[in-house]
Amino acid sequence: MSNDKDATSVESKGRRYFLIGMTSAASVAGAIGAAVPFVKSWTPSAKARSAGAPKICDISRLRAGELLEPMPAWRGKPCFIVGRTPEDVERLKTEQDDLADAASEKLDRQPAYARNPWRSRRPELGVYIGICTHLGCSPKHRSEEGDFYCPCHGSRFDLAGRVVKGVPAPDNLDVPPYSYLSETEIIIGVDEEDLAAAKDLDDAPERA
Amino acid sequence: MTKSAVMGMVGMVGLVATLTVHGAGSDVELEPMKPDLRDLPSLQRGMTLYVNYCLGCHSLKFQRYERTADDLGIPHDIALRNLVFPGRARPAGMDGTAIGNLMQTSMPQERAKGWFGKPPPDLTMVDRVRGTAWVYSMLKGFYVDPERPFGFNNRVYENIGMPHVLAGLQGVPRLVPKRPKPVDILDGVDAIVNKRPDGEYVTDVTAADELPDGEDPVIRGELADLEVDPGTGSMTAEEFDQAAYDLANFLHYVGDPGRQQRHRIGVWVLVFLAGLFVLATLLNREYRKDLH
Amino acid sequence: MAASSPAGPLTRLMAWVDERFPLTRAMEDHATKYYAPKNVNFWYLFGALSLVVLVMQLLTGLWLTMSYVPSGDGAFASVEYIMRDVEYGDLIRLAHSTGASAFFAVVYLHMFRALAYGSYRKPRELLWLIGMAIYLVLMAEGFFGYLLPWGNMSYWAGQVIVSLVGAIPFFGADLMEWVRGDYGISDITLNRFFALHVVALPIALIGLVFIHIVALHHVGSNNPDGIEIKDHKDDKGVPLDGIPFHPYCTVHDFQATVAFLFIFCAIMFFAPEMFGYFLEKPNFEQADPLKTPDVIAPVWYYTPFYSMLRATTFPMFGLAAKFWGLVVMGAAILMPAMLPWLDRSPVKSMRYKGLASKVMLALLVVSFFVLGYLGTIHTTPLTTAIAQVFTLIYFAYFVLMPWYTRVEKTKAPPERVT
Repeated sequence: MSNDKDATSVESKGRRYFLIGMTSAASVAGAIGAAVPFVKSWTPSAKARSAGAPKICDISRLRAGELLEPMPAWRGKPCFIVGRTPEDVERLKTEQDDLADAASEKLDRQPAYARNPWRSRRPELGVYIGICTHLGCSPKHRSEEGDFYCPCHGSRFDLAGRVVKGVPAPDNLDVPPYSYLSETEIIIGVDEEDLAAAKDLDDAPERA
Repeated sequence: MTKSAVMGMVGMVGLVATLTVHGAGSDVELEPMKPDLRDLPSLQRGMTLYVNYCLGCHSLKFQRYERTADDLGIPHDIALRNLVFPGRARPAGMDGTAIGNLMQTSMPQERAKGWFGKPPPDLTMVDRVRGTAWVYSMLKGFYVDPERPFGFNNRVYENIGMPHVLAGLQGVPRLVPKRPKPVDILDGVDAIVNKRPDGEYVTDVTAADELPDGEDPVIRGELADLEVDPGTGSMTAEEFDQAAYDLANFLHYVGDPGRQQRHRIGVWVLVFLAGLFVLATLLNREYRKDLH
Repeated sequence: MAASSPAGPLTRLMAWVDERFPLTRAMEDHATKYYAPKNVNFWYLFGALSLVVLVMQLLTGLWLTMSYVPSGDGAFASVEYIMRDVEYGDLIRLAHSTGASAFFAVVYLHMFRALAYGSYRKPRELLWLIGMAIYLVLMAEGFFGYLLPWGNMSYWAGQVIVSLVGAIPFFGADLMEWVRGDYGISDITLNRFFALHVVALPIALIGLVFIHIVALHHVGSNNPDGIEIKDHKDDKGVPLDGIPFHPYCTVHDFQATVAFLFIFCAIMFFAPEMFGYFLEKPNFEQADPLKTPDVIAPVWYYTPFYSMLRATTFPMFGLAAKFWGLVVMGAAILMPAMLPWLDRSPVKSMRYKGLASKVMLALLVVSFFVLGYLGTIHTTPLTTAIAQVFTLIYFAYFVLMPWYTRVEKTKAPPERVT
C-alpha cells in the first residue's frame, strides 16, 4: 500500500485541489438550493394570506367618543376604529406640544391620506392598528382621558394614535390601508385607489 | 434500437395500460384518457365546466381559487368575475377574500344528506383515488334508467345517486345493444341481439319457447353501447367528448396541483446532480490513484 | 501579529479547543486515522447512505410537524394543506414519504451485505444486534408514521396491525384497547402515534445509530474477504490493508450519496407514488371507519412479513391461526438477530463459503421478493400455498444454517485482503 503524499506529483496535486474546489463549490450551491424549499415554506401560506384578506366593518352603530366593538381584526391584529367628536378633532389640531411625531413625518409607516392632524380619511373616524409600536402589546382605549394607554410599558397615544413624548414607544400607531365602501361601511386592507379599479372592472358588461 | 422495435415497445406499454385499466365496482372497460397539464385552454375550459356544472354540489375543499387561477393562467380579475362561486354577495374586489378562498360548494351539507342520502362527496382527490380514465369514462357513462331515483344510471359507477348533470350538453343517452353476441337473457335462455339493416334491434331467442310469456329480453349493460337521442343536447358527440376530457383533465390537475412545478424543478435538480456526480467521480478517482 | 507567530490563527484556535474538548483526537479516531479495509466494495456504501437518509428524514419530518395537525378532523386536511398551500410543502412532504421507502431500501441492502460477507460474526455480534434494534425501531417508526396522513389505507392498515396485538392469548383484547386508547382506531390513537413518531422513536433511532457507529469504529469494518485487517499492522500500528476513512472513504461515500440522490430525486419529482408502492391510492381518501379499501396492503417494506402472517392459516396446539400468524411474523423479523450464533462456518465471507450457503442465501433473497410481491395482492388459495412454501424457505435459511454451514466444503480465505 502506498498512500504517501510525496508520491503524488505537483501536477496531480493541482488537479486534486481544483477538483476539491469545484466539488465543494457545487455542493455548497446544491445545499443552498436544497435549503430554498425549507426557508420558503416559512413564508405565509396561501391559507394565511387568505385569512389576511381585507375585512369589511359596519360602522353605522359607532358613536363619537367610542371604540368600535366587537373589535375587528385584520391580519390577526386588533383594529381600533374610533369615533371622534368635533371637540376631539379640535383638540387633535391644537394640542400637539406633547407629541413625539405630531405631523406624522414617518411616512413609510402610514398611507398618505393619514398625513394630517387626525391621521385618517375623515376627521370624525380614525382607523389604527391596535398594536403598540414599542413591543407589540395592545393599548387600552380610555374614553375619559381621550387616549390609548399601553398597560405593558406605559406608552400613551392620543385619539389620532400619535405617541406622546417620554414614553417607550417610538412611533405613532400604524394606519392600515382602508376605504369607505359606503357611509356605513369601511373595508380594511384595501386602498381606495385599488377599490376604484375593482369597481370599474365590475361595472364592465358581464361575460357573454 | 430500430424504430419498429421502439414502436413495438410503445405499443406493448399501451396495451398493458389498456388491459390494466378497469373500473371500480364495475366490469365495464374504461376508456383510456391521457391528461395533458400543459394544455391550459383545456384546463381552463375544464375549470369553467366544473364551476358551472359540478361545484354546486361537489366541493374542491382543499383547493383554492387563487392557486387554480394562477396555475391555469387565468388573471385574478377574470377569475373573480366569472369563476368564483358561489355568487358573490358584493361586487368583485369589495370583499377581497374570494380569490383566496377554498373552492367550497354552497350546498348546505346537512340538507344535501336529506336529498341524496349522503352529502355529495368532495372531488379534490377523485383523480388520485379512481384514476383519470375512470373520471373520463364515468362522465361519459350516464344512460337513461327509469328505475333510478334521478332517472339515470351510469355504466362505470353502477347505481350512481345523482342526476346526469351534463345531459343538457350531451343530450339524453340510452343503452342500446352493442353488437351481435349471445346474451344470457334469463337463467339458461340464450339470445342473439342483432341490428337489422333498417336500424331496428331484434332479439333472436334461441330457445324462444322457453321464454315465459310477456317477458321482454333484458339488455345487459356489458353488452350495450350508448346512443344519444338526436337533438337533445347542445353539443355534438365530439364536443361532448372534449368537454368530458377537459373536466377529467382539470380534475387531474386538482388532484395534485404541484405536479407541473415539480417536473420543472425536477429536471434542473437532476441535471445538477448529474453534473455533481461527474465531479464526485473525478474526485474519487483522483484519490484512488493513491491506493494500489 | 498572527502572521509573525509560528502557528497560524486556525492552528491556535484548534489548540485552544483541544485543551478543552478532544476535537482533533475525535477527528483522528473516527476519520483521518480510522482505517477501513482497502478492498471494501459497492455493498459497503449503504451504511453511509442510511445515515444520509436518516438526516433527510429528520429534517423533512421536523418541517412537516410545523404544518401538520394531529387530529382526526384535521390530519388529512393538513396534509393536503401542506401539499397545496404551503410554499414548496409538496416537495418537503414527498421527500419525507419517498424517504421512508428509501430508508428501508438502503437498510435492506445494508443488511444483505452483512449476510453475504458475514459481518455479523465475531467480533461484530453486538454491532449486528444494535443494527437489528435500529431495524425494529425503524419498522415501528414507519408504521406509526403511516397512520399520520389519516387516509383510508392509513386507517385500515393501522386497524389490521393493531388487531395483531389482539391475537395474543388471554390479554389480547385488553391490550389492543390499551394500545388504541379507544374501541377503534381514533383521534386518540392518532395523537399517541404522532407523539411516538416525532419524539420517542426518532430519539431512540439517533441514540441507536450513534452506538452502532461507536461499536463499528471499535471493531472496525468487515470486508468482502471476511478477514481482519487488524491482524497485520505495520510498526506504527496501522493496518497494512487499511486506508484512512478520510479522505478515501469519504470521497467514495460522497460519490455514492450523489448517485443515490439522483435516483431519489428522479422518483420524488417524477413518480412519488411509485405506481402505488410508495403512496397507495386509497390513502388519497380520508379515513373512513365504515369503508375498508378493496385490498389492504401495507407499504412494500412490510409486505414480506405481511405475507407470512397471511400464509399462516392453520391453528396449532389449541391456539388460533391468528396467534400463530403473529408468532411467525415476529419470528421472521427477529430471526436475523440469531445469526451470529447460527452461522457455524469456519469462514465469514460468501466468497469462501460452500455451495449450500450460496444457494440458501439466493433462496432467501428470492423468498423475500416473492413474499414481498404476494403481500401486495389479493390472496387466493394458490398465492397462500406459494406464500407458505416461501415462508418455509425463509425460515430454512436460518434454522438449517448451523447444519449446512458446518457440513459444506469451504475454501480457505487468503491471509491478506485481495
